Formats: sequence, structure tokens, C-alpha cells
Amino acid sequence: MRHDRRNTIFGVHLALILLLFCAQFVIPPFHRTMVTRIMIFATYSMGYNVLLGYTGLMSLGHAMFFSSGMYATGLTVFYLGFGAPAAFMAGILASILMSALIGLIALRTTGVSFLIVTMMFSQAFYLASLHLNKITKGDEGFILSGHLRPLQLGGLEFAFSDPLVKFNLALMLFAASLLLSLWLIRSPIGRVLLGIRENEERTRLLGYNTFNYKLLSLIISGTLSGAAGSLYTLTFSYAGSSLASILYSIYPLLWTLLGGIGTTIGPIVGTAAMAYMVDISSGLTSSYLFVVGAMLVILIIWFPGGLVGGIRTRWLRWLP
Amino acid sequence: MSFEGYLFLTLLEGIVTGFVLALTALGLSLVFGVMRIVNIAHGEFFMLGAVIAWYSSTLLGSYLVALLMAPLIVGGIAYLTDRLVLRRIDYKPESTIVATIGLLYILQQLVLTVYGPYARQVVTPFYFRIDFPWFGYSGYKLVIAGIATVLLIAIYFVMTRTTVGLYMRATQQDREMAQAFGVPVHRIYPFVFALGAGLAAIAGALVVPVQQAHYLMGLDALLLSFIVVVLGGLGSLKGTVVAAFLVGISDAVVSMFFSPTLAKIVATLLVALLLTFKTSGLFGDEEA
Repeated sequence: MRHDRRNTIFGVHLALILLLFCAQFVIPPFHRTMVTRIMIFATYSMGYNVLLGYTGLMSLGHAMFFSSGMYATGLTVFYLGFGAPAAFMAGILASILMSALIGLIALRTTGVSFLIVTMMFSQAFYLASLHLNKITKGDEGFILSGHLRPLQLGGLEFAFSDPLVKFNLALMLFAASLLLSLWLIRSPIGRVLLGIRENEERTRLLGYNTFNYKLLSLIISGTLSGAAGSLYTLTFSYAGSSLASILYSIYPLLWTLLGGIGTTIGPIVGTAAMAYMVDISSGLTSSYLFVVGAMLVILIIWFPGGLVGGIRTRWLRWLP
Repeated sequence: MSFEGYLFLTLLEGIVTGFVLALTALGLSLVFGVMRIVNIAHGEFFMLGAVIAWYSSTLLGSYLVALLMAPLIVGGIAYLTDRLVLRRIDYKPESTIVATIGLLYILQQLVLTVYGPYARQVVTPFYFRIDFPWFGYSGYKLVIAGIATVLLIAIYFVMTRTTVGLYMRATQQDREMAQAFGVPVHRIYPFVFALGAGLAAIAGALVVPVQQAHYLMGLDALLLSFIVVVLGGLGSLKGTVVAAFLVGISDAVVSMFFSPTLAKIVATLLVALLLTFKTSGLFGDEEA
């Protein structure tokens, strides 16, 4: 890759972050909340994309990573009175442990078995969160407001109820994850992951321990998902079982597919497109999940590359 | 009621559940074995069967018609799905999973729109009780077992004694070799997909008089069928049937002593681990 291309690519990503930063001063409050949610879920999708798009492993259990971040943060704030930074770290730690554990077991399988195994583990996690409803409050969930102290930074105080604080926290996490995934795929590690996606056998023959690389990829993927879950709890002040259900394992798959598997900006494009599509259709009908189903079928038959993937093959071949 | 009474009732319930589960899981197992794809929408075919049975016995007034309508309509839907969707993506395993997840939501939400969020039951079509020393038992549940037995035997004969069965077994063993020997693989696929869906639908139709038809009932059926198919050995039909009774009975017994959710958690974890460490299940890779 020529040097100027590298700068263009970096510039595109910075511009996207800058655009989102400026958006908060322009867009009306309703859309500000919407975009906050989109950025958090886009982080979740980017985490998912590390595994699916850049390593070629399709999981149906990411809700378990998202919700271990969510529960570790939510429960430590609710029961132990943790402040936001400590609770966020708890969320990260929980998702690292969770993804390492699941990775060590589930990565012994490949392809469809990997899908089913991750789905079953995630389902067990979901059922456990329902079963332990004395602690987790099950499907109803629990609310953090009143338990979460405002963020103290150098004498300044940021309340989590302030929409601008929510927006910028989400933006910070989003920006960090975007730059991390850009860095990852350009790094030597990322090259090996791409090699595994294209041909695992050949990569192994080249002398790489593919299991360790896949485990690393799963841990990065799970941790980004967990970070998203953790911030979701902090900003929307809620943690509940429904976010651990199988639907929340399917969402990041859909968002990534829609935006473009294996593209760095695909996840946010897909998440945003789907969020507004569901928003519009839920005004028309109560069965908005119909749109989710129809989109999955349409995408997989006609547009397996997604939106950004389509743009890439047609016009901008250099998009990472 | 004495302890033996409870235990007997539990076993009886478990066996009846086992029959229903055997039909549902057999459909999933057939599709996986012959077509090498996982159908995530399988539970929705079960749910559709139940809902169609409710409609036809309420609107047409005959439950027996329902038992015929459910597999025919659902089989038709599955046939179209194969033609319009699965063939276009060339039955690629991962794409198929995504597409059938899509189908799951499409069917589920259509039923929600048309049928509504109700849980409704069909009046039991036969009124008779069988009296045991401890309790009287609904005769209809034994009718379920009877019909399921007939169907299971029928499937066994189709698989072992007919040309279609031979084609299916040949495709399962080696798709390309079968094709080379003149097996019309591309006509077998939609047939198998429809047959699998039809089995789930008839199981769904059979349970409406004892369970309620609800648009979300598919997911549980899917997960239980998964557990059965994995336990029985992927693609092994004999294993699937045996595992169905094992799961049906142990689920009933465990739920009698512990909370049903806990039982489900343990079962799900065990199956995930089984799938990781011993892919062939309890019975290994048998055919038919």
C-alpha cells in the first residue's frame, strides 16, 4: 500500500469521528439519543466484525459477551456502589474472562458447530440470568439512576443523566474501537487473521499457531462487545435479561452484514441504517422484527457484501 | 397421590413429550443429515403447525382436517423456501443459517400480525379417560403417542424400503457420488426440506389440544430439538429417536425435582460441551 493511501484511509476515519462530534451541536435531542445508541451498538458490531469479518468465524453467541459487560458494570454499581470508571473496568474484565473461557472451549469446533456451540452457551447464559432473578431481576431488569455517582474529572462533574455526556462517552468508545480495529487489521496480527479467514490450513502450514490467533481475535471481539454492553448500562442506566437473549446475538450479525462484513466503517453504517429502518417501520406496525427477518434474507441472497462492501467493490477499492 | 403415582405420571408425561419431540427433532435431523444444513426456522414450522391446527379446527370445525392441513401447508412453505432462498445461496452452511434466522422472524412476525399475541388451545377432540390406580389420564395424550408411532414407523419404511429413501440415504452419504450415479439431488433437497418441516408441523398440530398455540412457542421447540439431534448424533435418525425419549423423560423427571429453568441450563451446557468434545453424539455416525 502506498503511503498517501494510508493517510487517505486514516483521514476518512478521522473525518467520520469529527462528523459525529460536530453532529451533537446540530441534531435535535431525539436524534441525539438515537445516535448515542447507534454508536454504542456500532461498537458492539465492530467487535463482532473483528471475528466474522477479519477472522472468518461466525458466532451466534455474542449477546453473552455484551451482557457480561452489561451485568458486571450494572451489578457492581447497583450492589457494591462502584463509580463509573471502576464499574466500566469490571465490565471489561468480565468480558475478557468470558470470551477467553468460551474461546478455549468453543474454538475447538469450526464452521456450523462453532455457531451452534456459541449459541447454546449464550442461551445458557441468558437462562442463567433469568434463573438468578433475585440478583439480576430477570426480564424486568434494574435501573441504575440513583446508584450511579456523577463522573469526577479534575474538579468538573459530569452527570450521566446529561444527554451530552452520554453522547460524548459513546463517541469516545466508538472512536477508540474504530481506531483500534483499523490498527488491528493493518498490523501483522491482522494479516495473520485475514490469512486464517482465507485459508486456515495454509496459514497453519506457514507456521502460525492459528488457534492462538483465533483465541486472540475472539477475546478482542468479546471485549469490544463487553465494553459496548458496559457503556450501554452506564448511559441508558438499565440492565436486563432481554439484552442477553438470542435476538441480541443476531443483531450484530445483521448490522455487520448490512454495513459490510470485513469493512471498518461497515458496522456503523449498518447499525445506523437498521436503527432508522426499525424506527420508521415500528411507527407503522408492531411487528417491526419482520423487517429484521426480511433484511437478513434479502442481504444474504443479493447483497452478501453489504452497503460498504458494495461501495468498495464498485468505487473505492482501497477502503479497509 | 403416592410417590409411585407421581413418578408414574411423570414418566408417562415424559414419554408423551418424547414422542412429540421425536417427530420434531427427526425433521431437523433429516434436513441436517441429507442436506448438511442447520435450519434455524425449524421451531417456527412447529409453531406454524400448531397455529394452522388451531385455525382449521376453529374455522372448519374438524381437528382431523387440521392434522392433514398443517403438514401440507407448512411443507409447501418449506418447499418454496428451498426453491426461492436456499437454492440461490447454494446451501452454503453459514449463509443458510443467516437466511433461516431471517425466515424465523418473517414467519413469527407474520403469525403475530395475523393470529395475534394470544395463547389459544383447541378443545380435545376425543373425550375419554384412562383410569390408573392413582389417577385418571387424558386418553388424547395416548392418541398423540399412537399417531407419532405410526408416523415414525412410516418414516422408517420410507427411508429403508423406497426409492426416495434410497436417494436420501445416498445423498447423505456422499452427495457428489450420488449425483454421479444419477440421484436427482436437486429434486431431493426441496423434498427433504419440506418433509422435515412437515414433521415439525404435524408435531405442532398434535400438541395444540394439550398445549397452547402461541407465536413464540417455536424457540423452545428448536432448542430442544437441537439438544436431541446433537445427543443422538448429528444426522443419525435412530439416535435422534432414542435421544428424544431420553430428553423427554429426563426433562420431566428433573423438572419434577428441580426448577425447569435450571434443568434447561444444565442440559444446554452439557450439549454444548458434548458438541465440542465428541462431535458424533451418543450413537456415532450411523446411517438412517
